[in-house]
Amino acid sequence: MNTAIGKSVRRKDAWDKVTGKALYTDDFPISGVLAARLLTSTCAHARILHIDISKALGIKGVKAVLTGADCPELFGPLLQDRPALARDVVRYAGEPVALVVATDKPTAERAVRLIKVDYEPLAVVLTPSQAMAEGTPLIHKQVNGYKKLLTDIYPEAGTNIASRYRMQKGNTAEAFQRCKVLVEQRFFLPPSAHLAMEVRTARAEISSDGSVLITASSQSPYSVRKQLSEAFLIPAGKIQVRVPYVGGGFGGKAPVMLEVLAFLASRSVGGKAVRLTIPREQDMASAPCRMGLEADLKVGVDENGLIQAADLTYLLDCGAYTDISPYMTKAIAMDCTGPYHIENLSCDAICVYTNHTYVTSFRGFSHESFTFCIERVLDMLASKCSLDPLEFRIRNAIRPGSLTPSQVECTASLTGDLTKCLNNIKQLAQWNGGNAVPIKENTVRAKGVACFWKTENPPTDAISGAMITFNPDGSMNLNTGVVEMGSNGQTHLAQILAEKLQVDADQVHVVTSVDTRTAPEHWKTVASLTEYMAGLAVVRAADDLLEQLRSNGSQVFGCPADEIEVANGRVFSKKNPEQFIAFKDIVQGYKSQQGESIGEPVLGRGGFMLKGLSMLDPQTGQGKTGPEWTLGAQVVEVEADLKAFSYRILNASTVIDVGKVINPESMRAMIAGGMAMGISLSSREAYIYDQDGIPRLPNLRTYKLMHIGQEPDYRVGFVETPEDNSPYGLRSFAEHGVIGIPAALGNALAAAFGRQLVILPLTPETIWRTPSEEHV
Amino acid sequence: MVKYEGKVVIALQVNGEAHEVAVRPSDLLLDVLREQLGLTAAKPGCLNGDCGACTIMLDGWPVKSCLMLAVEAEGHVVLTVEGLNGTAPIQKAFVDADAFQCGYCTSGFLMVCHALKTQNPLMPKENIIEEWLQSNLCRCTGYQEIRRAVRLMYEST
Ligand code: FES
Ligand code: FES
Repeated sequence: MNTAIGKSVRRKDAWDKVTGKALYTDDFPISGVLAARLLTSTCAHARILHIDISKALGIKGVKAVLTGADCPELFGPLLQDRPALARDVVRYAGEPVALVVATDKPTAERAVRLIKVDYEPLAVVLTPSQAMAEGTPLIHKQVNGYKKLLTDIYPEAGTNIASRYRMQKGNTAEAFQRCKVLVEQRFFLPPSAHLAMEVRTARAEISSDGSVLITASSQSPYSVRKQLSEAFLIPAGKIQVRVPYVGGGFGGKAPVMLEVLAFLASRSVGGKAVRLTIPREQDMASAPCRMGLEADLKVGVDENGLIQAADLTYLLDCGAYTDISPYMTKAIAMDCTGPYHIENLSCDAICVYTNHTYVTSFRGFSHESFTFCIERVLDMLASKCSLDPLEFRIRNAIRPGSLTPSQVECTASLTGDLTKCLNNIKQLAQWNGGNAVPIKENTVRAKGVACFWKTENPPTDAISGAMITFNPDGSMNLNTGVVEMGSNGQTHLAQILAEKLQVDADQVHVVTSVDTRTAPEHWKTVASLTEYMAGLAVVRAADDLLEQLRSNGSQVFGCPADEIEVANGRVFSKKNPEQFIAFKDIVQGYKSQQGESIGEPVLGRGGFMLKGLSMLDPQTGQGKTGPEWTLGAQVVEVEADLKAFSYRILNASTVIDVGKVINPESMRAMIAGGMAMGISLSSREAYIYDQDGIPRLPNLRTYKLMHIGQEPDYRVGFVETPEDNSPYGLRSFAEHGVIGIPAALGNALAAAFGRQLVILPLTPETIWRTPSEEHV
Repeated sequence: MVKYEGKVVIALQVNGEAHEVAVRPSDLLLDVLREQLGLTAAKPGCLNGDCGACTIMLDGWPVKSCLMLAVEAEGHVVLTVEGLNGTAPIQKAFVDADAFQCGYCTSGFLMVCHALKTQNPLMPKENIIEEWLQSNLCRCTGYQEIRRAVRLMYEST
């Protein structure tokens, strides 16, 4: 019987969040805490000739001013190519150049304005294809001289290429010969912003014994510890990182940036507590953003409407520094075709430096970008073959026995069931073949479909853990290293634990903040792997509890441990269920009526390390980077004004194979939120740079997000093809709602306007500028 | 008109209590609430009037506390989420409708909704609700849940 799995258990953080009691990093008291502010670069690419900090230092209340000269260390999770503060050269507009520490924020801000920097402008590189061209200036002189932290990063000397991943399968040259229909298309997607409502922020202090305490709005407390420890040669145990509630992450809080600056600030003032806050404008221009992408795709189909070959080139615009981009590039290669059976494939995914703001993981980990390109091509092919685009996808859907791009053999457990998702979405979205339907003069309605799939790209040795204690009332405390940033992982983990112990989910209390001193390490709260990785750790910790409860029970009842059952908060013997002991009387050890102590207090612990993952073969790309895939299908319906080039999004649907629906309401909300983000980003979001590489007004007034009144009706359906190794068969799901939406919107608008849309965002202007099909 | 210079002591009426605080004329109401009174429910999101995370209620109307100076709030009645005491219908409605994920925008939305109810005791038309809530941004939810919470708020009272 299910006690918790499959139920719409209420969020554990609900009442904290509606009463203002949920504390975020910058909500902690600030008395006695110094304030730090950043000066950032006004040039996209320039040599720093001179920095004059004398005036700033002269202001009363200013404690320290730091520049690149004060911190020679380089940072980056994969390739150490980024200084904390620019040294000698700036590589993007918004790059941190100096840091002021003062008694309060207004003083620090005043001092920042008095720092004078002399720049000598250098030529700027603004697109990946420009960066790849012969004779383009190098953004990093010695890209292959940087320290690599993982071996599968391949910077190419004398170029702007930070890394490259290849997929090679079958024989594309031969297969293209057999094709009856061919589409060759180029795509351009600009960078955009994460825009979590909480701006990134960090605090630091250092005790006189050298212990470091960081409090940060971060998805990666354990990476903060690791990077500080390695860069500044501090034993990891002396670094404590705390993460309270996080106000949205979406991948943007996975990198380690402000934490290092806050540490430097504190170190410069003798270890005093310092709080580094940045305005929204710097959160957009200085802290890492979402990737841009250029793609060149060629895909061919035979006379039966089956895809025979694909030749794909993806250029990821990683901006000025790599951060996690090489792995996002690898992620593109891993899933480059979308979830389709394609035997002949050649793919080049290249991570390229430009003078844009550097980029990092964004919800979808590159899938929301390349999926737009490949799924648009699928629609172009379907239309050339005169096939219903949804039927065309069913015909080519990946299925058990197919090989993924990296030549992993698909099984139902590994990848799930795309055909079922596509069939189910027909009804959910009232699919009508994908043609535009006139509503009135100059107005049509059209639907677009797109599929998605995604595997994860963690390091091959990523770990997670869980610790469980009991309270005297028999309820449990669950402690993991999972950050609560909205995706509700804590509640889902509590459900997994409750189910294992066969109790109600309200019998599990969670620790909503992370402290690296007390919580077992969880790699990072990213990649939607919480329920998978931490979930398996919780399962093991629960098994550990059960074993101890049975041991205590067997001693009390005087029978073998395997005769003891645990359910409904009771321990009893199978042979005599009427006679039981409530959790509260046995979890702290048992005391008989005579006062005799029996058994031991029960404490659960579980650890989990990913297994069986590999690096990709540098030539063919063969290998497996993640434990499983999640796939699904999405449809967007628009009502389009053919004269004004404007449109309204009526509804957005997702059918996703989640393996197991563990919390219907919460999962529905997460998928809907993903769709909302996909709609916002593909319909209006983009960083606009001028010819000097300066982003135009990075703030929420000019960079518009979707607001209430613009949202569609969201529809979510689930398919449950269990994953054999995960808790209760579940798959990752938290970020996936976003992935196929830009493509589905693009396909709907292409159908509505009869234009081959290949550029994001899909604003009326983009549509208007795209030549209509009759004229090409 | 009163002229303030240097730091001055002003009297603020917040959540039913009288406070005296020393402020600079340029201090934002948001910063004074958060940093001096410890009322951190109202959040900074943009400090530019664009996101609504800092919304509080002033004399029964929603106001972005990043667009208001603390000195301007003298003589007015300020209400923040802390002052709702967990008993305002909108709070339970938000919980029941799952109207948040990360929760960072929540305080601002709660105050707009609470003010909406204060000004419109009976459920207004959908487009009026939209007009009121357009001042605030949420990056996590798809807004559908927030709409549902507004309906629940009206239905529950
Ligand atoms: S912080 Fe006030 S509107 Fe954004
Ligand atoms: S719940 Fe995260 S911004 Fe609204």
